[in-house]
Amino acid sequence: MDFNLNDEQRLLSDTINRFVTDRYDFEHRLAAMAQPDGFSRSTWEELAELGLLALPFAEEDGGFGGGGLETMIVMEACGKGLLLEPFLATAILAGGALRLAGSDPQKSQRIEEIISGAHIMALAHHEPDGPRHTLTRLTTQALPVEGGGWRIDGRKTAVIAGAAADELVVSALAPQGPSLFLVDAANPGVTVVRRHGYDGVALADIAFDDVRLDEAHCLGVAGEGAQTLRTVFEHANAAVCAEAVGIMSDILDTTIEFLRTRTQFGVPIGSFQALQHRAVDMLMELEMARSMAMLAAMSLELDAEPRARNIAAAKARVGSAARMLGQQAVQLHGAIGLTMEYKVGHGFKRLTAIDALFGDADHHLDALAQAGGLLANA
Amino acid sequence: MDLNFTEDDLRFRDEVRGFLQDTLPDHLRQKMIARAHLGKADIVEWQRILNARGWAVPHWPVDYGGQSWTPTQRYIFQEEMALAHAPEGSPFNVNMIGPILCRFGTEDQKARFLAATANIDIWWCQGFSEPGAGSDLAGLKCSAVREGDVYVINGQKIWTTQAQHADWMFALVRTDATGRKQQGITFLLLDMTTPGITIRPIPSIDGVSDLNEVFFDDVRVPVENCIGEEGKGWDYAKHLLGNERSGIARIGLSKERLKQLRHLERTMAADGRLDSGEQARLARRLAEVEVELRALELTQLRVVSADAHGGGANSAASILKVRGTELQQRMTELVAELAGPAGLALPVHDDAIEGGHEEPAGWLANAAPYYFTMRKVSIFGGSNEIQKNIIAKTILRL
Repeated sequence: MDFNLNDEQRLLSDTINRFVTDRYDFEHRLAAMAQPDGFSRSTWEELAELGLLALPFAEEDGGFGGGGLETMIVMEACGKGLLLEPFLATAILAGGALRLAGSDPQKSQRIEEIISGAHIMALAHHEPDGPRHTLTRLTTQALPVEGGGWRIDGRKTAVIAGAAADELVVSALAPQGPSLFLVDAANPGVTVVRRHGYDGVALADIAFDDVRLDEAHCLGVAGEGAQTLRTVFEHANAAVCAEAVGIMSDILDTTIEFLRTRTQFGVPIGSFQALQHRAVDMLMELEMARSMAMLAAMSLELDAEPRARNIAAAKARVGSAARMLGQQAVQLHGAIGLTMEYKVGHGFKRLTAIDALFGDADHHLDALAQAGGLLANA
Repeated sequence: MDLNFTEDDLRFRDEVRGFLQDTLPDHLRQKMIARAHLGKADIVEWQRILNARGWAVPHWPVDYGGQSWTPTQRYIFQEEMALAHAPEGSPFNVNMIGPILCRFGTEDQKARFLAATANIDIWWCQGFSEPGAGSDLAGLKCSAVREGDVYVINGQKIWTTQAQHADWMFALVRTDATGRKQQGITFLLLDMTTPGITIRPIPSIDGVSDLNEVFFDDVRVPVENCIGEEGKGWDYAKHLLGNERSGIARIGLSKERLKQLRHLERTMAADGRLDSGEQARLARRLAEVEVELRALELTQLRVVSADAHGGGANSAASILKVRGTELQQRMTELVAELAGPAGLALPVHDDAIEGGHEEPAGWLANAAPYYFTMRKVSIFGGSNEIQKNIIAKTILRL
């Protein structure tokens, strides 16, 4: 039993944290947000040069074969800097589906291009009128076309990096069940409307009208899309748990510094016990969340059942900690915490988005309760 | 990073588990399962069994009867004890005066007290709090005036747990009232049979009288019973805080309680004592408690790992007492809720502990008293609010 990072992981952590500290201050983030893509293409290239885009992919596919801990290290640093670049969308979500379900021909060129930074991918799954979190209840349809291939019709929303993506992984209901498809963003019938996420992350609404695909664009086996998505969302949840820990750690540091320096009634407000105890409560929530983010990262290699339970527990616990820390960081700052010119408010918004994504705290607690609890059969 | 215990650790766990299976008397186990109140004889009996194995005071230095266990082994030992329903030894002997004597005692004091303390041949009580000195402990006034070879003690202590059983007390007394209040405090050992000591029990809301007031009227204590230097008692008392990080969150106890809750959930549902709505709500609340317990366990393990492999983890360690006690209390609340109106009647002394192995007959009657008594864990040893003051100052540097 050992919670220390190994030498390689420590090196990775130093590298990405130094990058975020040196190259991604809050001004840089605001500038990136104002770019047409909603993120910085040059930063994306730098991330590729650092090798980070290769991290989650297997060595035989040209990647570094990193596991949950490596992703955790990167995502925590991304959280500290509130990075806008589509690492989650490309490497974990769409890239995850590709990695898990793709055939060799589907994977080979795409993964190579993702790693080089030349190919941005996004996962188009959420639907405007669908349940908040579902793997199977889809209205987007995939119909087999006579003579081979598919026809896709439907609408997707909140597609992370959807407007910048060169290619989409699209979930749709085929006669065999939920299935995944690779759709070129330039494909006729694909209409992309850029949207701005409240967390600063670039999103898109995407409509698919009579989109025609050949058989090679069905990702993996038709009808097995939900299983793939389940695993992809587990990886994504472990990743955003770590991102949330990075954000919480950053906004707590900022809040403590503010309590030390902000003077009212002639004294630093951090001398008031009510505020001290609130800050301590925030620290406690952060440490509990950090423990659960570690559990999530270490659970990705487990069998399906304990993996699902551990990650649901982590996402639930991190979600409630994130809500508490985000709200209280704003509260302790007062009005400045509500402004766009101050980073804490941006952290609060990203934490809110993280809870909403891939099943919120409430959803995952229910899932756990229905599965007989976290420790069932353990 | 690796969440698994090593082969050596697993062997150690099996050894502890086997020992507990073989030696823990069933009547003690049943009392623990039923959450019945343990008497002095119960605690002494178990402590002596542990002591015979050399495990009564494993965290003391090896020279004084301790074991050279790793932080991980200490953690495993505490967890296995709790899961096996083994009582904890007297904290005043094992965790408080013992380590103080090992660290600050004279050779004579060590020879006189340590072995007897480990075996509970001497039952210790703690004389710290006073009517005017609770959270502000350094404000204590109970005075000790030096007269030749003795200190003459006058004043009062309060909330003295199990003073009625105690052979000796370790106490903080004031030998100098002129300087800063933290100075002039002296750490003394008092024989409770000394003339001039009066004990008055204070019944508590769980129906037990383990709390006491202790009055001192010209009580004469030989100066050789002073720990360390006169006037430095505050430094020694501070040493009691936070020097043992491996078991502070009491994860094993909470795990054992969770097992009981899950058992109650199953049996009550099977017996038709919970309707489907109640079952769903309970399942949800238990899931929440489990998540909290897992998060706390991992936080505790991060601290154990840091102690074993290096690394500070101080901010993780700082939360263990507060969050550990909150979780223990939450579980006792849930059990008391499950008992419902059938849990209103107080336990009938020892009858309460006669029960089956699965669902102890005593649980209904003991659920609420146990809930009441467990409110103490966020109060004693520095209330949770005092803990937060300390964290704000030492970790957050506010």
